[in-house]
Amino acid sequence: MKIRNTEHRDEITLQMTPMIDIVFQLLVFFVFTFKIVLPEGDFNIRMPSSSASQSSEPSETPLLKVRLRATDSGELAGVQLNDNQFSGETPFLQLHDDIRSMISDAGGPGSTDQEVEIEADYNLKYRYAMNAITAITGEIDANGEQHKLVERVRFAPLGE
Amino acid sequence: MRIQSKGKSGIVEGDLTPMIDMTFQLIAFFMLVINFSDVEQDQRIHLPASELAKPPTSPYEQPLTIHLTSTDQYIFGGKEMTQLTQLKSALRLETQIINRYTSKKLSDVTVIIRADGDAKTGQVQEVIQACQELEFERFALRGKQSEVSTIGGN
Repeated sequence: MKIRNTEHRDEITLQMTPMIDIVFQLLVFFVFTFKIVLPEGDFNIRMPSSSASQSSEPSETPLLKVRLRATDSGELAGVQLNDNQFSGETPFLQLHDDIRSMISDAGGPGSTDQEVEIEADYNLKYRYAMNAITAITGEIDANGEQHKLVERVRFAPLGE
Repeated sequence: MRIQSKGKSGIVEGDLTPMIDMTFQLIAFFMLVINFSDVEQDQRIHLPASELAKPPTSPYEQPLTIHLTSTDQYIFGGKEMTQLTQLKSALRLETQIINRYTSKKLSDVTVIIRADGDAKTGQVQEVIQACQELEFERFALRGKQSEVSTIGGN
């Protein structure tokens, strides 16, 4: 058997430069296209048009009306549930507690077909409407679990 | 003056291995976090925060996304509109496409509404009403997730 002479083996030198070039190009591409995406979530609301909803069966429970009033600049001026006016620093928390006590009386949270209608001033900033929807639809308990309160939320038809 | 011999000045090769390791790690990181699917997001919209806004459990089937900016503009299908009538005609076109090319009912199509926190609530209502007139029923009001309570509780 012929044994190969290993004494003068050629030294293999890897050409690193092109690889590093490409790697840097890739890196630059990913750095530039990188965008921090904030987690987003939805409130799923089924809102048929008012004419369609009128033809459907009317709910047994009376409709709760939440009235959101706005100042001229669109800030929140007042929150009202039926005839109950909420004041102070945390009107939405009071609204939430009020609705929860009403729902709890009527067979426990989440088990109701209670409908809430939000009537807001035209120029009210949307974030307050979102706060109202949050207060109406549910809560997060101390363990971080979500509990549903009222699922049927709708906006009042716009006045002309 | 004695001049030092420069006889042994060979090519100095730095050790590239740690740098390449790091670079590959960076590339792997960026490849994993990159998200090409967020085409429906628009950086001009600053969504209102809510602790209850939860990501959909399953992605919507061909949803329509309507953006509303704080400067009273509507963005639909990548086009900016200032008038509600423009949005209505664009939506009408969309309904015709859905009716003609899909078997879906309009009441099963989800309309995602991404409105800025400073947008007018009345405008959001107008958009919803315009959609309702075209027989859309499912709406997803989009908000940004929040770790803290946004209604003033703990």
